[in-house]
Amino acid sequence: MKLTYREAVRRALRTALTADPRVFLMGEDVGRYGGTYAVSKGLLEEFGEERIRDTPLSELAFTGVGIGAALGGMRPIVEIMTVNFSLLALDQIVNNAATIRHMSGGQVSVPLVIRMATGAGRQVAAQHSHSLENWYAHIPGIRVLAPATVEDAHGMLLAALRDPDPVIIFEHAALYPMEGELGDPPLEVDLAHAAIRRAGDDVTIVTYGGSVPKALAAAEQLAGEGIGGEVVDLRTLRPLDDATIMASVRRTHRAVVVDEGWRSGSLAGELMARIMEQAFYDLDAPVTRVCTAEVPIPYPKHLEDAALPQPASIAAAARALVHPHG
Amino acid sequence: MSLPFARDVAVGLLRDMLAIRRLEEKSAECYSAGKIRGFLHLYIGEEAVAAGAVRQLTADDAIVATYREHGHVLVRGMPMDAIMAEMYGKATGCSRGRGGSMHMFDAARRLHGGNAIVGGGLPLAVGLALADRMQQRPRVTACFFGDGASAEGVFQESLNLAALWRVPVLFACENNLYAMGTALARAQAQTDLCVKSRAQGVPAESVDGMDVIAVAEATSRAVALVRAGEGPQFLEYRTYRFRPHSMYDAELYRTKAEVEEWRKRDPIPAYVARLEAEGLLREGELAALEAGIAAEVDASVRFAEESPWEPVEDLLRDVTTPAAP
Repeated sequence: MKLTYREAVRRALRTALTADPRVFLMGEDVGRYGGTYAVSKGLLEEFGEERIRDTPLSELAFTGVGIGAALGGMRPIVEIMTVNFSLLALDQIVNNAATIRHMSGGQVSVPLVIRMATGAGRQVAAQHSHSLENWYAHIPGIRVLAPATVEDAHGMLLAALRDPDPVIIFEHAALYPMEGELGDPPLEVDLAHAAIRRAGDDVTIVTYGGSVPKALAAAEQLAGEGIGGEVVDLRTLRPLDDATIMASVRRTHRAVVVDEGWRSGSLAGELMARIMEQAFYDLDAPVTRVCTAEVPIPYPKHLEDAALPQPASIAAAARALVHPHG
Repeated sequence: MSLPFARDVAVGLLRDMLAIRRLEEKSAECYSAGKIRGFLHLYIGEEAVAAGAVRQLTADDAIVATYREHGHVLVRGMPMDAIMAEMYGKATGCSRGRGGSMHMFDAARRLHGGNAIVGGGLPLAVGLALADRMQQRPRVTACFFGDGASAEGVFQESLNLAALWRVPVLFACENNLYAMGTALARAQAQTDLCVKSRAQGVPAESVDGMDVIAVAEATSRAVALVRAGEGPQFLEYRTYRFRPHSMYDAELYRTKAEVEEWRKRDPIPAYVARLEAEGLLREGELAALEAGIAAEVDASVRFAEESPWEPVEDLLRDVTTPAAP
């Protein structure tokens, strides 16, 4: 069946809430308002205020409450409106969710799912456009997901709820209206593997989340020029699936990493290092990357577009690897 | 005034306070000897709070504590061996040595940690209590924290959420007047912490934290209210730590005279005198208590000394939960 990314997340929420009485959704405007991005629209009417729980603007506390409720045997899904506001909850995520299993010597786990919107591209300026997935992917003790397809938006949430440890799901805001196919019944997905979204022989384009459609558009452009671009969607940002990445790079001998994070200290940097460590002698060219320019995201469209990875800049980077001399 | 408790309970409170103090005096020695490292925050002076409060909880109730939690875990029933071994960092410690002095966990006793971020345990406690309410379990979660935590934003956020959702939490505030080296009055415009609590909709009461009976009675009342579904309650225990904040603290921020003045209110001798006046302490009973505790403390040191270190090969253990076989 055809549905949007937003509807796919909602469908997964409904499935989880129906199947497991321990599951509840908590966050700002998830109930009466219907979700800032309309993801949870209609769920309050269906499941009631106890399980579709509107919170005050207290990101730090309600994230911590999610951790406590998880310790208490529930399966909370905390929605933080956007990654930008997750900075207010960092202490609970980094100091509690990620550490409690370890600090307790393995006595307790924290089966918490945190969902948040991420990314730029909608002219909402510097405080609402962050792409900080890499900050979270830096931390041992949490799993970080970035579903980029309708099938993953649905399946990764359900898989995350089966994980005994904290999982953060980044939903790129630009993807919510994207349409795609979901099987009936929907396919179960795993959280362990990256996926090859388009096969190609000449250059590997490694990316995730909101940059996946851009990478696919770039690969389409390259195909018209006779260049085979292979698009690897990371899906899970921590732990990374090195095997799938390296297998692709060993086949194409070239790699471009595309990351909406800023270049300095980016996930792209980590991926380039891993490719260098594990596939250096298979490379025909230096690994390259397309990241966001080192500037707070500007409001005007032409400047925002220029700051972010785009199909044209991705294609240009890939082309330069295949035809280094023009 | 006669005590409101049976003799064995009344003497038990003394035993708890003595056990905390002797265990901690030994911990300080072990620290000086280089056996315990990192941060060690002693509770000495504040024993009446843990002794009086923790005993008012049932085995099903939960405790969230801070990095100054040796007293709470001991009164909760954690063996001294497991506590001392944890401070040593040995594999036999309550958290397998991974946490140390500041992070004592015991899932079976529903001890959800020493939390070493000030205020970090507050929303955790609200969440544990929310889980109990959603699963219709008649449990209470007691969250211990200091006056310093009441300056954190998460304090306001957590009390508000607890009151809004009427979850069964006891906010147990150990006001020892200092957030590390900063006196309450130098850090907060509103020094009446009950006022701060009531502002968030949580009923609050203040009690003399140097009086173990007052602590026990006030806590018992508050726990009963929480358990009866009256929503969260806040208790301020007015107490004082006799020792530095941690072993690194040179105590430049308070005078010796001030510490001496508070030492006159030491909860242990005061309570011994009271028990004796009431005729509740038998001839030689105090000495017997001390001897029993000393033996237990010494045994815990031996246990910690003889316990194995976790093998380095296990370094990456317990970062995430292993997949079920």
